[in-house]
Amino acid sequence: MEVIIKKNNFKGGVHPPEYKYFTEHKSIENFPLPEKVYLLLQQHIGAPAKPIVKVGDKVRTGELIAEASGFISANIHASISGEVTGFKEFIVPFGAKVQAIEITSDGEDNWVELDKREWQRLSPKEIIELVKEKGIVGMGGATFPTHVKLSPPPEKKIDTLIINGVECEPYLTADHRLMLEEADKIIDGIKILMYVLGVDKAYIGVEANKMDAIEHLIEKTANDPIEVVALEVKYPQGAEKQLIYAITKREVPSGGLPADVGVVVQNVATAKAIYDAVVEDIPLIERITTVTGSIVKNPTNYRIRVGTLISSILDTVGVEYENIAKLIMGGPMMGLTLYTDNFPLLKANNGILVLSKDEVKREEEYPCISCGRCVDVCPMNLLPTMIASSYRKKEIKLAEKLGALDCIECGSCSYICPAKIPLAQQIKLAKKRIITLKKKAKS
Amino acid sequence: MGVGKLVVGPGPHIRDRDDVKTIMWWVVISLMPALIASVLFWGIRPLIMTLISVVVAVGSEYLFSKLFNLPIRIDDGSAVITGILLAFNVTPNAPWWIFAVGSFFAIVFGKMVFGGLGYNPVNPALAGRAFLMASWPVIMTADWIPANFLFKGPMGGIDGFTSATPLNVYKYNQLTIDQLKEALMPLFIGNVGGVLGETSAIALLIGAAILFYKKIISWRIPFTYIGTVFILAWIFQKSGAQFTKDFWVEPMFHVLAGGLILGAFFMATDMVTSPITPKGQIIFGVGLGVLTYLIRRLGGYPEGVSYSILLMNLTVPFLNKLTIPRIFGHKDKK
Repeated sequence: MEVIIKKNNFKGGVHPPEYKYFTEHKSIENFPLPEKVYLLLQQHIGAPAKPIVKVGDKVRTGELIAEASGFISANIHASISGEVTGFKEFIVPFGAKVQAIEITSDGEDNWVELDKREWQRLSPKEIIELVKEKGIVGMGGATFPTHVKLSPPPEKKIDTLIINGVECEPYLTADHRLMLEEADKIIDGIKILMYVLGVDKAYIGVEANKMDAIEHLIEKTANDPIEVVALEVKYPQGAEKQLIYAITKREVPSGGLPADVGVVVQNVATAKAIYDAVVEDIPLIERITTVTGSIVKNPTNYRIRVGTLISSILDTVGVEYENIAKLIMGGPMMGLTLYTDNFPLLKANNGILVLSKDEVKREEEYPCISCGRCVDVCPMNLLPTMIASSYRKKEIKLAEKLGALDCIECGSCSYICPAKIPLAQQIKLAKKRIITLKKKAKS
Repeated sequence: MGVGKLVVGPGPHIRDRDDVKTIMWWVVISLMPALIASVLFWGIRPLIMTLISVVVAVGSEYLFSKLFNLPIRIDDGSAVITGILLAFNVTPNAPWWIFAVGSFFAIVFGKMVFGGLGYNPVNPALAGRAFLMASWPVIMTADWIPANFLFKGPMGGIDGFTSATPLNVYKYNQLTIDQLKEALMPLFIGNVGGVLGETSAIALLIGAAILFYKKIISWRIPFTYIGTVFILAWIFQKSGAQFTKDFWVEPMFHVLAGGLILGAFFMATDMVTSPITPKGQIIFGVGLGVLTYLIRRLGGYPEGVSYSILLMNLTVPFLNKLTIPRIFGHKDKK
């Protein structure tokens, strides 16, 4: 099959080594049913869910155990059957303390009754309601509640749906395997999304290092108004603004949303979850996660129940424990480090990456030598070194003027910096400071 | 068995292999062909002088850092580069102490007093050379020697070429097109009088190719710089051959003679002292070309590369501010 690869899709970007070979040819395996799960009440952007169960309650797999509180929030369902045995507090990687519901398995995996339906018979409103009810959130990492994205303000005319199958983070292959193994469900999910949004054109963007998935999807979508776009391999091709630009040449305005240029973007795994929710009546209680790294004995793409402890996942794949330096939720570019493996899997957790002591070196930080590499690679066309240095000098106004708030935190600048300055981190801190000062000015 | 202590911290958790040291040492490597060429033309003396420069440069940085309690970073290669470039900017038969004094000045007053690598406003080696030019102008300009053996080029036949640089001859004589044309090949290979590192264009270009291959420099500064000199030299030809079949001869002479190639690829591209924005780099290169040509034709010196670079170095903060790129998603520049 002749596939044209779209190039020069956005300015800048970097080419980190891919390391996908650990798992890219491995079929998805079902992770054994965990003995306990811990379901965090906040796995998404927005307000935490409110628990509706108490200790001692018996729950079935798929049963609602915590309700969304407010519009930007998401329902949480039991991911195994058993008994609610407690509430436990976890410290999430960005520092906040979040409550989790502990369920101890009865070993049965006893499901709630599922009502299969034909989505064609539902109204868009009913579908959005189902998406909300089943606790679907963006599964590419941002975890924005999906029903919110599907309800754009009426004045924004949506004409294009983009499905993000880019998976530009090194190491990760969860979306890749999903596209190969569950293409039909993804495509049905896309059709549901197109129907809800009232658009007649959808694109699936996939990086050209997954040619098997691209060809497979092209075959599967031959008779549908869905176009598979093979994109040049370049990080961060999967960043929302860069992906939209690559496919439509539309620039999401500064501070705006994809809806401002008539686009809605959903991850492939989210599309599949939407199919599950709408057609199969299955809530979001499991996901595909790549468990990988050079010191993982058996790197695997797992279908894992949400809330499974990472420690038990590591035990199952086998890790050289004495060599672990970093445990990362997500990929190596934007993933978050965990300080313990006693932490549950989240809905948006597309990877668990173990880095060894050899791979995590403390590198000496140098003064900036003004090489301009961060400027060359910044996909937002910012001057990262200038923003970072104005932050260091506490010149917050200047950092804002230089566009700190436009930073998408992809980390390309830190990746490329030969002086090993944590540019992305400093820009992130500058953003936080700008936002705090703005709030202060308002009140 | 569980995990031990884990490292936590912000992403990205993988970094590009290049660091400041690798970049600097690759620049050192890229200067080697020119050094080898100078040994071929002049014998062992250039090598010894370069070594003196490097030792003094590295030694001064070490002592300065010790004295003022700064982190000692002599292994990063940047002082080595300064030492080599300083030596490359002095005629090889200048006395050894000229190299030593120049290097010392370059490191201490061109770099360390500003806070070391990354904080210097101008290229340290050129600051050193400017100091030498101001202090010992006779030694720095009068003692040109011809490249002695290997090639016996046609430049030797023109009166004055044996004891002056080609640009000197060009400046004070009306050369014919044929004379200029005859000079091109020797200039390209390097058997002409001049400072230590600038004479062999081919050796410098091999070094430049290394820098391009390692992606240490981009085309923007050197090409706009050389291109501007070429175009100006074509428009304002002394020999009046703009529209003849030999229109390229005088511009080519300007490109190959003097320190343009050394300056354009190895000194104007110095990261610390050149703009970080793409547009800024282009304006920087054009500015360099204009200044160099003006000095060569109208200024008091036959050659203007090093002063052009020093002057343009000072405009870098301004150029960066002037050329802030349009941010993705913004209509206009902020």
